[in-house]
Amino acid sequence: MGDTTGERVPSATDPALEPALEPGVGSGVAVGPGALEEEIRPPHHLVENLRVYAGNKIALAGAIFLLLVVLFAYLGPLLYSTDQVSANLLNGNLPPSSQHLLGTSPEGRDILGRLMLGGQATLEVALAVAALATAFGTLWGAIAGFLGGVADAFLMRIVDAMLSIPFLFFVVLLAALVQPSLPIIILAIASVSWLSTARLVRGEVLSLRTRDYVAAARSFGSGPWQIIFRHLLPNSLGVVVVNATLKVADAILTFASISFLGLGVPPPATSWGQVLTTGINNLFNGYWWELWPAAFLIVGTVIAINVMGDGLRDVVEKRLQQR
Amino acid sequence: MTATSTSPSSDQTTSRPAFLDLRHLVKEFPVTAGAVLQRRIGSVKAVTDVSFSIDQGETFGLVGESGCGKTTIGRLIVGLERLTSGEIWFEDQEVSRLKGAAFRRMRRDMQLMFQDPYASLDPRMRVGGIIREPLTIQRIGDRGEQDARVRQLLQEVGLSPKSVELYPHEFSGGQRQRIGLARALALNPKLIVADEPVSALDVSIRSQILNLMNGLQATHGLTYLVISHDLSVVKYLSDRIGVMYLGKLVEISPSEEIYERPVHPYTLGLINAIPEPDPRRERSKQIQPVVGELPSALHPPSGCRFRTRCPRAQEICAEQEPPLRAFGDRHMAACHFPLQAPTAAA
Repeated sequence: MGDTTGERVPSATDPALEPALEPGVGSGVAVGPGALEEEIRPPHHLVENLRVYAGNKIALAGAIFLLLVVLFAYLGPLLYSTDQVSANLLNGNLPPSSQHLLGTSPEGRDILGRLMLGGQATLEVALAVAALATAFGTLWGAIAGFLGGVADAFLMRIVDAMLSIPFLFFVVLLAALVQPSLPIIILAIASVSWLSTARLVRGEVLSLRTRDYVAAARSFGSGPWQIIFRHLLPNSLGVVVVNATLKVADAILTFASISFLGLGVPPPATSWGQVLTTGINNLFNGYWWELWPAAFLIVGTVIAINVMGDGLRDVVEKRLQQR
Repeated sequence: MTATSTSPSSDQTTSRPAFLDLRHLVKEFPVTAGAVLQRRIGSVKAVTDVSFSIDQGETFGLVGESGCGKTTIGRLIVGLERLTSGEIWFEDQEVSRLKGAAFRRMRRDMQLMFQDPYASLDPRMRVGGIIREPLTIQRIGDRGEQDARVRQLLQEVGLSPKSVELYPHEFSGGQRQRIGLARALALNPKLIVADEPVSALDVSIRSQILNLMNGLQATHGLTYLVISHDLSVVKYLSDRIGVMYLGKLVEISPSEEIYERPVHPYTLGLINAIPEPDPRRERSKQIQPVVGELPSALHPPSGCRFRTRCPRAQEICAEQEPPLRAFGDRHMAACHFPLQAPTAAA
């Protein structure tokens, strides 16, 4: 692309347009300085969006950190294989050494290997929660906002009612009633996580549905679903994506805290939150390797995802300016 | 200017039914209070008993201040709002109560052109998708036929076929209005309701869009209802003009006549409000334009609604609502103290 200001886009298209329709009055619409740019296509949205995102250096660093964490969790076990199944109490609580780079847990399992394994569970839970909560919350909010009136009031009061249930009470109850497993944990976190998405999307749709292009769609016969899926959802996608990113970070923290309360994956499987919990129990024994690496990964990943959300917000706001 | 093929006979005496006939349109918007259980505390009468008809191939201009109900009439005609009472007859069919498939079918014949070219095009869709959308929704043609149609439409409104790949924000206001016009034409409508078609555009671009609209009218046999607060726009396009005030039609007349012989004081006020291109003449203008604010449509004045701002108002204006009277050929107005003498009988 010859030009990277991004603000000059209209001129690139002008020369090709406006062939003189009425002699005398035609072809005068804002013919920009770009008469030679006829063949230059303005940058595709994706390219443009990536450029805006990369302009935020902290967000870029966040994305790189997250990429490293993903590689650590999924490629790490291939390079650094450890026995994460059998317990060997004789090797318990060993400090870092050349054999166990980050020492061992009380059960004698390698901590670095545990962090990789726990990273998989943590990332999977977080992504699944974000995807589930975003899809469901978006649909719920879009329907409420589009229908309005009594239906809107009814749907949103359900959201309010669910928000009023104390989450930790719900989790402790759930942990007591069922055997925790990944699907249960995902559903438990997502059942709360979607509520704020529903509110956000409902507000967005409430403002979008009065736009003229929605009236235009109705005027040539679009039904409610066509309007929701063709116009309202694509136009609220920006805020939804930012929100979904932050949901990933939230879900990591929530998963860590409910692991602490007993709703964690059953051993020998683990999560970062469960590694951290063990570390806290042994804090006063001086077994720092059981605590700080897990804490660093949780906090680092959550911060990385949050700054990525900020970067995505830049992209969306840039888009909003062009509306 | 496109000439109408119809003879200038009065609406009432013609035996042939009108192309578009609006009969006693009333639209009230409820005013409610309370968040969940909404109580109705009143209603805004946006349109109160408005009747007029439009002939095929004609351009009818509807003028009035913001809030006088002209946009509501446009939205009622294309079915974006539902009538409170009254009838809309379109080609011998009462269309305002249609539902389901018949309603969808009817939408093809009437399309809306929007005021704001920045809000009326979905920013997330490419121009090709925007213009194709009516065809997709109405399931007309396969993908290839639709593509060909989109290109043809772009050409008709004076845009390059390359535009299909671009997004609306890559166009100027005038170009966007052309895209909106192409979309309105996609279904081959018979009637286009143009709601303030140029008021969001730079003055320099307006004439292009207006000329384009005129050209398309000739090639497609379109009928226009042009809604505007700007008499100069309406004057340029229209064969006949209706003047609205606070939900009422106060004067209706052939276009030339209304400028030469306005009957209603409000019409005269609007005409006087058109700026003169010559600043010296503009400064030396003696006549007073309409003063004051539009009264609340929630509680309209009794009798003649214009009386609160009318220089000629007397007691009777507060007591009796003036009926529409004939003031010439196809020229009617509702005023107790008209600026011209009425003709004997309508």
